[in-house]
Amino acid sequence: MSKILIIAEHLDGKLNPSTAKCVSAAKAVGGDIHIAVLAADPTAIAAEAARIEGVGKVLAVANAANAHAIAQVLAPQIAKLAEGYSHVFGPSTTFGKDLMPCVAALLGSAQVSDVMTVESSHVFKRPIYAGNAIITVEAPSDRPVVATIRVASWAAAGEGGSAAVENASVEASLPTHTKFVELKQGKSDRPDLQSAPRVVSGGRGVGSAENFSIIFSLADKLGAGVGASRAAVDAGYVPNDMQVGQTGKIIAPELYVAIGISGAIQHLTGIKDAGTIVAINKDAEAPIFEVADIGLVGDLFQIVPELEKAL
Amino acid sequence: MKILVAYKRVVDYNVRIQVKPDGSGVVTDGVKLSANPFDDIALEEALRLREKGVASEVIVATIAPADAQPHLRNGLAMGANRAIHVVSDGPIEPLTAARALLKLIEKEQPGLVLMGKQAIDDDANQTGQMLATLWGRPQATFAGKVDIADNRATVIREVDAGLETLDVELPAVITTDLRLNEPRFIKLPDIMKAKSKPLETVPFADLGVEGGNQLKVSHYAPPPKRSRGVMVKDVPELVSALKSKGLL
Repeated sequence: MSKILIIAEHLDGKLNPSTAKCVSAAKAVGGDIHIAVLAADPTAIAAEAARIEGVGKVLAVANAANAHAIAQVLAPQIAKLAEGYSHVFGPSTTFGKDLMPCVAALLGSAQVSDVMTVESSHVFKRPIYAGNAIITVEAPSDRPVVATIRVASWAAAGEGGSAAVENASVEASLPTHTKFVELKQGKSDRPDLQSAPRVVSGGRGVGSAENFSIIFSLADKLGAGVGASRAAVDAGYVPNDMQVGQTGKIIAPELYVAIGISGAIQHLTGIKDAGTIVAINKDAEAPIFEVADIGLVGDLFQIVPELEKAL
Repeated sequence: MKILVAYKRVVDYNVRIQVKPDGSGVVTDGVKLSANPFDDIALEEALRLREKGVASEVIVATIAPADAQPHLRNGLAMGANRAIHVVSDGPIEPLTAARALLKLIEKEQPGLVLMGKQAIDDDANQTGQMLATLWGRPQATFAGKVDIADNRATVIREVDAGLETLDVELPAVITTDLRLNEPRFIKLPDIMKAKSKPLETVPFADLGVEGGNQLKVSHYAPPPKRSRGVMVKDVPELVSALKSKGLL
């Protein structure tokens, strides 16, 4: 039977929803599911992880060196913890993408990135070429499977679990070559882009940073998170962490409203799994209309305020 | 200091790739090939560090079939001092690529390795991290800004939560994100000059890389198609369409 270790993602003492999504993928594999929480003080995060439904045990690793998620510091500890496990999963967020290949290299396993579906314990589907092809990949059964779980493809496992929390100590020599300096967060009261059920995004068509206020205003009316195309980010209208696409965030909200976004391949990759896509664009030939469920051709500066008023 | 740039050749990012009807792969015959966009950014950054006097030499290295020489010549024309071509037949997965790059590192002893955060063909986002691990050196992935001084690199990383700054000891592996820089265009005289720059060829088998590819790809499929949507003519129609879907 499979024995699956999930590496918890957390920030500021709180568990990231990506962890519960990894649990859903682990449930699809089947077997014992354990979560490892590595932190300076893992107590509160481990308690949160223990409440996720389907989790058998939480391993809490306290170490001052784990205060910040430095991949080369975490990986040797995880490689030790992974002994006896058939699978090691992490989320395909920047945290997991940075860390999991290091774990894989230490275990001598090739990594399966961005698992979309689980076919069997060692067979998975994942996207390549910006999501324009889906491949079926089989990992060998004679070594641990290391994989990142594509967060947009999985719903978070629910609460209601009551797993035991075990303090784990790990003997590993940790490097001191990397120093964390700071994290500048784009502070926002709006719903988190990656977990929001509704997202409103603006593109180059919005025209300026000032004009983005109409996007924010509509989003607030809808209770939506706010995203942006690469063009809008490159033009300096909004910060990088709002970028949706192959090289930004991949999201799957119930409702996605693309405003002034033409729909380049790399952007479409980020929204392919959205429930309903609404496109508002003045160019009737824009590729975004090929994927939109509801399209409206027209001037966004007239349509968006009108839409906000109608809500 | 030497900088090694891992420089992969991929299907050009503007190409709309097609899955073969029998599911055996994607159509690559006659399709335009280019440098992986993130690797172009890595090479640009290496060249800028040389221009600032931080680096003395920039080496581009690729693992690719024999016909990839023009790809490396492009890297030389952009400004790299020399190139290393590890000649391999089939596709190489990231762990194997990292093991092969480590062999080049052992020989060349670079002070810094720069590479893209991911290749736009396999979208794996693994090789740089695996290389740093096998090498036992620091990594700074998704770099948006790199400053080098006193044998350390200060790197601003583009992470989901915002911008993270790490300070790492060299040698290290840095993987580039899109906004690190704008790669330069290649000028015609530089294409001529690149023809006389050194390009070393190494058969993959001669590197003595342990293990082969582990993952078996059994099937390629196009992504599920979204059903054709509807066009509405004004805001009231849009609102009622959203209401009928239960979204408002």
